[in-house]
Amino acid sequence: MLKTVFTDQVALGSVQAALAVAVTLAVMLLARARAIHLERDIVVAVVRGIAQILAVGSVLLLLLRGPRWTGVFLLVGMTIAAATTSARRARGVPGAFRVSLTSIGLGAGSVIALMTWAGVIDTAITALVPIGSMIVANAMNTNSLALNRFRSEVESHVGLIETALALGAGAKETVSPYVRAACEASLIPAIDSLRSLGIVWIPGLMTGMLLSGSEPIYAAIYQFVMIALIFSASGLTALTSTLLIRTYAFSPAEQLTLRPGPAAGG
Amino acid sequence: MSTLEPADPPLLEAAHLSRVAGGVRLVDDVTVRVRRREVLAVVGPSGSGKSSFLRLLNRLDEPTSGTVYLEGRDYRLIPPRELRRRVGMVTQTAFLFPGTIGDNLRVGPRHRGQELSEETIAFLLEKVGLGGRAGSDVRHLSGGEAQRVSVARALANDPAVLLLDEPTSALDEAATRDVETLIRRIVGDQKLACLLVTHDQAQAGRLAGRVMVLAAGKLARIGATDEVPHAEDRLH
Repeated sequence: MLKTVFTDQVALGSVQAALAVAVTLAVMLLARARAIHLERDIVVAVVRGIAQILAVGSVLLLLLRGPRWTGVFLLVGMTIAAATTSARRARGVPGAFRVSLTSIGLGAGSVIALMTWAGVIDTAITALVPIGSMIVANAMNTNSLALNRFRSEVESHVGLIETALALGAGAKETVSPYVRAACEASLIPAIDSLRSLGIVWIPGLMTGMLLSGSEPIYAAIYQFVMIALIFSASGLTALTSTLLIRTYAFSPAEQLTLRPGPAAGG
Repeated sequence: MSTLEPADPPLLEAAHLSRVAGGVRLVDDVTVRVRRREVLAVVGPSGSGKSSFLRLLNRLDEPTSGTVYLEGRDYRLIPPRELRRRVGMVTQTAFLFPGTIGDNLRVGPRHRGQELSEETIAFLLEKVGLGGRAGSDVRHLSGGEAQRVSVARALANDPAVLLLDEPTSALDEAATRDVETLIRRIVGDQKLACLLVTHDQAQAGRLAGRVMVLAAGKLARIGATDEVPHAEDRLH
């Protein structure tokens, strides 16, 4: 219906965006009616989302005219931004930014580099940057979930962890069940995406390829490839992140530094 | 302040121990010595730094200044795991690991690559009044029994010093008396030095030879239990 009214793509896109924002705001109001206050988070996220995606669109427009390697710089920038976002989610976790940057960089970076070298990901900026950003974004989500879960697990098991420390256990041993739990929990979305691919959802990449006239079978296979790459990058990120965070949760004298607050009691 | 100090060389000595956290001086220049077979009660109003002081003694927290000497050796020179094995701790809540009582007793020795024999487990459980219960699931224990397991688990590490942080505050009167009897017996049998944090002045009198009073993290008074009667009350 909208397409018949708006022939100009920018105008059409703006109206579509306005409708999408309206739905988002409706959800926010529904939440508010149930005394769940997401107003600030949602408004900030919507404004940031629009501004960021428009900025990236403009940068992509410029980059399309530049040499291929500029895409690498863009992905590095995205990785730093992802680490900053993830570290904010894990506020209170010592060394969160360093852990996030290393984990996302290693997880997403190694998969992107390997697959680009192998020819699975095209080096053209129009392919490398969007596909790379999908991998980085998913690695970021996994990292945030891993750090967040690790913090919750540790904070709710401080007594057991310090009991083990007091019995002479090594710092890393005392948190190993929580490291496992954090790693497993953080990978649930990636595993579920892979498991439900084509049944519960048809991802955007495949839709885009179909719309641009690709062979449906190739579009389907390539979509599987992408989801598998996202899973691999997320898995590597989760493993790295949970491995590193164990070290940051303790002082050199094996004292638990990741605590909900100062020790209570007399 | 009383200057009463035991004649024997101290097993554990806190020397000018202080800890500041979040801008708050939790422990302020506390110096105290404890000898073998001695129970020193640590009393003081809520928030006076009793638990914070105890956590410095096995280095679960880091002192801001000062140090602790274990058998004359600066504890910063002792690897933390070895130090914590030698300075055992029993907390107010008995945090037991999932599994059986026996599994809990094996935890400490296993961390240093030793397997506790069934005989040793039976001996330790006998000592804490839980003979023949090695296979019992810890989920089915009463508060008093859980605290006894906690004591036996600390003893399984063969410590020289035992830190008890309000070990009976969550227990009923009968269980409290049982645990007190147990503490008296093991301190004598195992030749331990023991620091007991308690808010119960009467308990300090029943168990300790000396009592130290903390107020706002400072050592307000130390002396023989009968010389420092109701010291905590006077601080209120």
